[in-house]
Amino acid sequence: MSASTTVSSTSGSSGASGPLTNDGQPLKRSLARALRREKFRALLLISPLLVFILVSFVMPIGDMLFRSVENKIVEQTIPGTVRALASWDADSAELPDEAVFAALADDMMLAQEIKIHTRLGSRLNYDQPGISSVFRKSGRKIKGLDHEAAMAGFIAIDPAWGTPEAWTTLRNMKAWPGKFPATAQSWDNWKAWYLSEEKEELDPATTIPHGFTYAALYHDLAAMPASSIDAFATSKNTDAAALFKNLVGQVDSIPSDDFKAQFADIEKGWAELDNWQAIQRLSPRIVDSYFLAAIDAERTAEGIESKPDNERLYLKLFVRTIFMSLVITGSCILLGYPVAYLLANLSVRASNMVLILVLLPFWTSLLVRTSAWKVLLQQQGVINDLLVWAGVINEAGRLVMINNMTGTIIAMTHILLPFMILPLFSVMKTISPTYMRAAKSMGASDSLAFWRIYFPNTVPGIGAGSILVFILSIGYYITPELVGGTTGVFISNRIAYHISSSLNWGLAAALGSILLILVLALYWTYDRIVGIDNVKLG
Amino acid sequence: MSALPAYASTGQRIWHYTFRYVICGFILFFLIAPILTIIPLSFNAENFFTFTPAMLSLSPEGYSLKHYQDFFTNSDWQQALKNSFLIAPAATILSTSLGTLAAIGLSQSHVPFRRAIMAILISPMIVPLIISAAGMYFFYSRIGLQGTYWGVVLAHAALGTPFVIITVTATMVGFDRSLTRAAASMGADPVTTFFKVQMPLIIPGVVSGALFAFITSFDEVVVVLFLGSAGQKTLPWQMFTGLREQISPTILAVATIMVAISIVLLSVLEMLRRRSERLRGLSPS
Repeated sequence: MSASTTVSSTSGSSGASGPLTNDGQPLKRSLARALRREKFRALLLISPLLVFILVSFVMPIGDMLFRSVENKIVEQTIPGTVRALASWDADSAELPDEAVFAALADDMMLAQEIKIHTRLGSRLNYDQPGISSVFRKSGRKIKGLDHEAAMAGFIAIDPAWGTPEAWTTLRNMKAWPGKFPATAQSWDNWKAWYLSEEKEELDPATTIPHGFTYAALYHDLAAMPASSIDAFATSKNTDAAALFKNLVGQVDSIPSDDFKAQFADIEKGWAELDNWQAIQRLSPRIVDSYFLAAIDAERTAEGIESKPDNERLYLKLFVRTIFMSLVITGSCILLGYPVAYLLANLSVRASNMVLILVLLPFWTSLLVRTSAWKVLLQQQGVINDLLVWAGVINEAGRLVMINNMTGTIIAMTHILLPFMILPLFSVMKTISPTYMRAAKSMGASDSLAFWRIYFPNTVPGIGAGSILVFILSIGYYITPELVGGTTGVFISNRIAYHISSSLNWGLAAALGSILLILVLALYWTYDRIVGIDNVKLG
Repeated sequence: MSALPAYASTGQRIWHYTFRYVICGFILFFLIAPILTIIPLSFNAENFFTFTPAMLSLSPEGYSLKHYQDFFTNSDWQQALKNSFLIAPAATILSTSLGTLAAIGLSQSHVPFRRAIMAILISPMIVPLIISAAGMYFFYSRIGLQGTYWGVVLAHAALGTPFVIITVTATMVGFDRSLTRAAASMGADPVTTFFKVQMPLIIPGVVSGALFAFITSFDEVVVVLFLGSAGQKTLPWQMFTGLREQISPTILAVATIMVAISIVLLSVLEMLRRRSERLRGLSPS
């Protein structure tokens, strides 16, 4: 391990460089090299596991955190609309202008073709209830939109606009796509639509785009200052100049399909201001809407506001989770303390026997213990039968102890009790019995000696056990799911619901992130008090 | 407490015995009774979850092995058992080999960023399972591992490594470094030293770490519920769906078998602990 650092026994010191080793190196450098090598070797041994954990565990957690704010779907599904909507003033009390609706028609044409519009509808529905039906109902009717007016207008001004060459010229211009953002987007949409509809790549030399792209071109031109069109008409690019020559001064005469009115006919939701406000609010790729939903807040025109009391769900659930975890921790202290005391004060032989009674449940499968409680606590179960037999309750008065809070608290106290007993026991073992004897010899009564001498010494154990039990219970899923019914479930059950049933992954990720932060904060506390290295396993 | 002094008053005697036999007796009963109750119930001849009059009168008609028979013949349960035994050993091998190497690395005297590395390696034990399951579900579906055998194995191996790290580093604490130096001074290369000197001494820690990793995977239900597809249905998963949907007494038979398994594992661990302490020259307690 440190063969190269054996100090030469002959040379005491040789000049300013200090003692030399056998191979003539200064001792200092030799030692430094050995240390470096040792560090490197340690890291080499650790790195396979470190990489494994980073990839299989840490990255997934990072992915979850990222998902709680990620929101690419809006921009991916209706890119043109998002771009056109950016300049709309949401507070103006007026619907977005025709350019936005034209872009929406274009985007939706592609979205319904490749069947992604309902997915966007469901996403927006999380924040704007009702909007998903607007998207769903519009889907099929998009094909029926009148969309050829602009195209006809362009061709009426110059028939050349109806040829594929015109589009090739346009796409070869220096101003493409910079000055034609809507048209360029629409061209890409058209290409994707063509591929999906015709099952083959579009050949731009033989095909002209559909009317939506002409509409986009019209809106791009209408948004430009007249001087830009003049510049195109007189540019050195002769093809382009020819194409734009007749357009000078004519752009305003190109008719519109009035997509705004058509959309309002398809589904009145498109004429509602708050739907558009929601789309604009949810346009960015990173949004805080999932986190707001997770704390029962929402962003309205007036800013961030809490939801009305009757709609608050998650905060209540968080509060309930914390409250029940506290109750469970409390009952674990109450039940765990006497057993730990007994363990610490029995002879080694007897305490080993009792320890087995504690460790057996600890080692038994969680599902076995949960199923035991499910069987015991049912209305036709063993405990109720026993109580009826003993005459404590009558047949009609069988207790409801399962599928509610009571069931969760009883079962989880049982499951987590060993986690309280073991740290308490290890602390109590170290308390010398002479302290108590000293107190009593000076006249303290049993209870005074206990409360003034013994109990304060066990507080670190109570702290360690409590934090451990609390952390474990706050993230529990299986037991509340099986014995909790509706009133005894935790926030983790809601997370699972959003992952597998409602498919609102963003909200699940946001709830999970909040829970994770809570647990990490508690662990940090635990580390400060007990030290993570002191975690013991039975 | 340990022994009641001869001069104890009557009150003290009453409290002493009440505490020891009534209070502690009740709590220990609470701990152990649920597990013990299901064992006789699993031999119930009826499909009930409570003791029938026939069982209480101890007549043989009240008992039967039919739930065990169901477990061993029902294809769902057998498939689940098989899956559990396919997944858990693979996860155990992966986490034990990587975990032991890392634990040896972590026990060197100079490890840069030891605290940060330790925090990362222990994190699968700290993060609530539902969050691990959610993250792994999202991430593994991105990379196509969701619903595959290897996806579940990787996830279970990740969950099991903290236990291996903890148990092996605990054995390394008592490891006498002069032993490896002695081996080196007598000309053994590091690999020989590792297998001839170090390994035999830390093997109890490695085996108990492996047992923990095995149990972690064998018992795990949340992650497999999200990450697995029908083809990876494990025993706990089958129990979970059984408990949630149509609760059948076969579950009690399975539970009893699992209690038996945990008793065996617990005894093995205890044996290993004593052996390890003896090897390290500590008096077994």
